[in-house]
Amino acid sequence: MINFNKFYKLFNLISLSLVIISILLLFFKGLNFGVDFKGGTLIELRANDKSINVTSLRQSFNRMNIGDFNVKKFGNENDFLIKIEKKDTSANAIEIIKKELTSSIGSFFNFRRVENVGPKVSAELLKSGVIAIALSLAAMLFYIWIRFEWQFSIGAILALFHDVIITLGLFSLLNLEINLSIVAAVLTIVGYSMNDTVVIYDRVRENLRKFSDIKIYELTNISINETLSRTIITSLTTLLALVSIYLFGGEILKGFSLAMIMGVVFGTYSSIYIANPILVKLRVSQKTILKEDTE
Amino acid sequence: MLYFSKLRITLVSLVTIFFIFIATSNFQDSENSFISKRINLGLDLLGGSYLLLEIDNEPVEIQKLQNTTTVIRNFLKNKKINFNDLRIQNKKIIFNVPKDTTELVKTFFLDKESEINPYYNQYKSHQFDVIIQGDEFILTLSKYGLIEIKTSSQDQALEIVRRRVDEVGTNEPNILKRGNNRILVELPGLDDPMRIKSLLGKTANLTFRFITQNNNETFGVETLQFEDGINEALVSKRIILNGENLLDAQPQMNNQTNETVVSFTLDRVGAKRFGKATSTGVGKQLAIVLDGKIVSAPVIRDTIASGNGQISGNFTFQSATDLALLLRSGALPAPLNIIEERTVGPDLGQDSINAGVIALMIGFLLVIIFMFFKYKMFGLIANITLLINLFFLVGILTLFEATLTLPGIAGIILTVGMAVDANVLIFERIKEECKNEKNNIIAFDTGYVKSKTAILDANITTLIAAIILFFMGSGPVKGFSVTLAVGIFTTLFSVYFIARMLTGLYVVRNKEKDKLI
Repeated sequence: MINFNKFYKLFNLISLSLVIISILLLFFKGLNFGVDFKGGTLIELRANDKSINVTSLRQSFNRMNIGDFNVKKFGNENDFLIKIEKKDTSANAIEIIKKELTSSIGSFFNFRRVENVGPKVSAELLKSGVIAIALSLAAMLFYIWIRFEWQFSIGAILALFHDVIITLGLFSLLNLEINLSIVAAVLTIVGYSMNDTVVIYDRVRENLRKFSDIKIYELTNISINETLSRTIITSLTTLLALVSIYLFGGEILKGFSLAMIMGVVFGTYSSIYIANPILVKLRVSQKTILKEDTE
Repeated sequence: MLYFSKLRITLVSLVTIFFIFIATSNFQDSENSFISKRINLGLDLLGGSYLLLEIDNEPVEIQKLQNTTTVIRNFLKNKKINFNDLRIQNKKIIFNVPKDTTELVKTFFLDKESEINPYYNQYKSHQFDVIIQGDEFILTLSKYGLIEIKTSSQDQALEIVRRRVDEVGTNEPNILKRGNNRILVELPGLDDPMRIKSLLGKTANLTFRFITQNNNETFGVETLQFEDGINEALVSKRIILNGENLLDAQPQMNNQTNETVVSFTLDRVGAKRFGKATSTGVGKQLAIVLDGKIVSAPVIRDTIASGNGQISGNFTFQSATDLALLLRSGALPAPLNIIEERTVGPDLGQDSINAGVIALMIGFLLVIIFMFFKYKMFGLIANITLLINLFFLVGILTLFEATLTLPGIAGIILTVGMAVDANVLIFERIKEECKNEKNNIIAFDTGYVKSKTAILDANITTLIAAIILFFMGSGPVKGFSVTLAVGIFTTLFSVYFIARMLTGLYVVRNKEKDKLI
């Protein structure tokens, strides 16, 4: 048996500081929003000519006078991703870019992907993304409240906040792009982290019924140990699936799978080191559970 | 306790075979396959264009206010009420009536049978809100009046958009309403939406009006630019003909001038009016005005009674074809703005499919290898369950003809990773039970019973996240939530019906075995 409970304090301190750092990052550095949420134009290009590189593309875009833009490599050797921030791009901006590019570089390009999101739409997408995440947290809180006692739902929701905030903090730190699929990833993280927490809580509740003489501090440790191999195996199989998406699923899914990988790691950690210490702090005992049983 | 009836085994096997059949039918030629249903590919996998159009209802609103003003003027004249100062100001219609008639005029506007201010029973509201300040009446479009305007212009615009897209002849376009002022156009397989975008960007409001030198025409005049953007002309506001009078329009080569023109045919009313105008206006210039710009202004040489005519201008064959198409499909009630565009080329789509399939296969392989080494025989059972689960998942997506997107494929891969969770929970529980319980069959049963709540809770939480994502997410992300949600159901089914049966049969055979798991 591993004594997880010995490190409750230590890891709580670490988690707390990570959350604070993440919040500070989100506050001061902010998130790198993609065109989905900021508006603008995104173009994925494949050049036929191998001599074309980021610098030459940057030069020809510079000549087009289209405001702030960003050129980078995207996966393959000849693939490039160009982001143009200009929000009021007119309907035929892409056609103009196509023409200018062919005339200035003189090589053929394959426009593999073009996304153009107006300011109104991006604002709406951002709003609905935030609502979706808030709604999912609220729904989880409510579900756990129904299935368990309120102490459990506080523990679970704090664990969720912890996972979501640290994942977003890491995205801010690493300057990774936030787009629609990241919202999907965050929601899935919420579901996954909850799933992990619930399994341990389920065992805590069961053990509370079984043993009246064991203190919650010990009891959580027993429960964590009893469910430990499941926790590890499920995290591992999920990570195996996610890593294969990250490595082989193509460039578009990279951000999504990376967010999920972070989320699974934090989710697994938080269901042990956030969700359980909260139960200890809130002095959960057999009484808490028995009250629920008689109701 | 651990008895599985023949009937149950047969039923479960039949269901499994059925889904394997359906799932695999996706990979056969549609003519050979047993059912015609298959999974649709999203635009991100198939390649194609997604356009979100917003209707700019401002001109429609202003038109409505102008029309209503005319109606009110005639109505009050008929009722012999001395109104004055009837005007439109800040989207409000304002007028004054003599003090002694205010009560009467009020009933004209606020009666439920009102002719000039229709009452919508379903909304319990008039078209216009009326404020009366002393002898001044102020009319503004009510909330529902605005909704009426929006939905009706959306209906019209949808029809016109559909006609234009159909005329271009793309593959199975999908044209849908979004909200009350947006239209979504999905064009599978189209990798360059430039032409459609330019066609949808034009209102195509066509009018035939006389060019005049006289500033004091009864209907008023306005200065309009020619298409070249340089020349201007004074054009009467009196409309002789508009696009609604057109029966047909086609691009044509004019053999004499070797010029491309658009020839048109007018309906009966249009032909009559055109004949009359051309007979009285010989020698005058007739301006053909499209969306506020003069396309051309030929001089009338002769009466045209046949109802056939030509529009010339500096057309290429392509632009003449497009103009003819626009004229045939009719004018949009209001301008459309493209507020969101997403286009994926067909080769990127194919690349995404390939990458997704490879990631799925590798993820699946990694998971089954891991499970086999961890649980041996039980791992094998979990793996068989996982494979069948995948067939269920793909089969159900096929039956519902769901749309598979790239994030949707990610959802399937994620399901592979998370689906073994339920089996792991059960196996671990059986392992624990085996420590205190010598009877394998009882340990097996208790393991299933005791793990149930954890499995249920764990899956419901993921399902909640998926449902929220389905309702709040858009486009490809929606596809992710669909596969995730369906994956949860197929996982629970395959774990409780297939894995349970397989483990049960195995445990019964090895009930004496010392270390079961």
